[in-house]
Amino acid sequence: MTTIATTSAPARRRKLVGAGRRQWIGLLYVAPAVALVTVFFIIPLGMTAWMSLHNWPLMGAHSFIGLDNYAAILRDNRFWNALRFTGYYTVIVTIAIFAVAFPLALFIERPRQLTGFYRTSFFMPAVVGFASASLLWSWLLNVDSGLFSPAAFQLGLTEKKVNLLATFQPAFWSIIAMVVWKVAGFTMIILMTGLQSIPPDLQEAAMIDGAGPFARFRAITLPLMRRTLALALILSVAGSVLAFDQFYIILRGGPRNQTLTAVYWIFNQSFVSFKLGYGAALSMILLVILVALSLVQLWLLRKPEGVD
Amino acid sequence: MAQARSRNSRLWLGFAEHATGIVASLLFLAPIVWTVLSAFKPAGEARLPPLPPWPTTGFSVENYATLNTFGDGLWLPAQNSLYVSVMTVVFSVIVGVLAGYGFSRFRFPFKDALFIVILSTIMIPFQSILTPIFLVLTKIGLHNTLTGLVCVYVTLQLPFSIFMMRNAFDAVPREIEEAARMDGANNVTMLLRVMLPLVWPGIVTIALFAFLGAWNEFLAALVLMTDQSKFTLPIMMTALQSGRFGAIDWGAVQAGVTVMMVPCLILFLLLQRFYIRGLMAGAVK
Repeated sequence: MTTIATTSAPARRRKLVGAGRRQWIGLLYVAPAVALVTVFFIIPLGMTAWMSLHNWPLMGAHSFIGLDNYAAILRDNRFWNALRFTGYYTVIVTIAIFAVAFPLALFIERPRQLTGFYRTSFFMPAVVGFASASLLWSWLLNVDSGLFSPAAFQLGLTEKKVNLLATFQPAFWSIIAMVVWKVAGFTMIILMTGLQSIPPDLQEAAMIDGAGPFARFRAITLPLMRRTLALALILSVAGSVLAFDQFYIILRGGPRNQTLTAVYWIFNQSFVSFKLGYGAALSMILLVILVALSLVQLWLLRKPEGVD
Repeated sequence: MAQARSRNSRLWLGFAEHATGIVASLLFLAPIVWTVLSAFKPAGEARLPPLPPWPTTGFSVENYATLNTFGDGLWLPAQNSLYVSVMTVVFSVIVGVLAGYGFSRFRFPFKDALFIVILSTIMIPFQSILTPIFLVLTKIGLHNTLTGLVCVYVTLQLPFSIFMMRNAFDAVPREIEEAARMDGANNVTMLLRVMLPLVWPGIVTIALFAFLGAWNEFLAALVLMTDQSKFTLPIMMTALQSGRFGAIDWGAVQAGVTVMMVPCLILFLLLQRFYIRGLMAGAVK
């Protein structure tokens, strides 16, 4: 500041102009990113809204039909069933993931021998893709060539080989098991960062005051982990609401279309039946749900107010 | 006496903890190990339940050879996957570094608005805009091309890449830049010679996430790649597993799943700390 004040007026102007032009160059640096986001995100987003107001077949002309697609959604029982199933799956799988991931996080948070090995092993399935994991488990779950049914049969647990994927309950819980196996390590790492941010002297002070492990967990660990818990929760919920790969690859939506998720139904309408306008209207519903979830996330993740 | 007992119980506690840890580790590793081992069984044995998981009638790569006879074989989809993933890495890094530098070091109109718009795309599920993406790709002549898929993947990675890189550039002290500018460095040499060596951990992190994201992505590839010669590994393997090429050969599925998993596992084991770094950065945000 002082250097500018001491330079002569023309020199100052030149410097400011030069600095100004240099600053404008920033726009060039971000231009490729802005272009990509515009072409492959913003425009498609607008088009989704626009298409949802049209009857839009894959071939041939499309026509404006106002809110008819949305009216059709209200009568589309199979979509509401898919949405209900997605909600049910989201609740169950999130509880299951936390029930496994939280103990694992507590287990690896304390440094001891082999902690690095444990952490890496628990995390390994998380770097494998959902498609790979689904293909893998579709083999393990196969009635003839797989692992679970033949193993249970050979151990004498079942009288004959049971096809786990033939009825809803075993099929659904098989998917839950697969997703927990795949995702728990990821949630564990997030929860671990929260645990590690709790100052150890706080726990020690409570211990000296005679608080038991459960009381310490409730009074110190949980409240101080609020933001981490909220983040892990939202990631799990958002991921589950958008579930597709595992239900498509392992179950193909079966048995008897009972495991069609919301994204699966949109996929079927858009890319199997080629009702692009209707698919877009369904997508708008999904989009509103996810944005609402994100707003809840922002609220849950807000910084604690005042001195906390 | 009491001391001995407490030492004893501590020993038992430690033993119980490690027993739990090892059993849990084995549970998490088992499906991966089971598949990798089973894939090396001869075809006849691979059709039977994998008990035990390792080959009992001799070690063989027959399943990989069989896999190569389905559809366009193993190599073409593997090449497609590799090409898409590597290109996604290259362009995520280029676009992410440029934008991260721009957002960190310059003041220009609409800067904050642009940054917020790019970051907030993370709130919108790409699953809901796949149809228009398909139409846009058709319009610009990139439908059914691997390049088109790369464009989509780079865009999906952008919020993370830009967020990471802006933070990385923000962490570089301005004095370093001012000193370089005194020495006559212009913007480009500044970025390449002075800044890049200082932000490379961030670059490794976004490259790793870009690779894993592109290598493992399923739905967009399924929708956008309709021509069998453009299939990536997940799409090709799902086609095979659905019986599209005749009776399902589970030995070939095991081999294919192994090919899909191993690059991710190796990259993760080599670059673990960059991966955790990326997760933390996302988590602390």
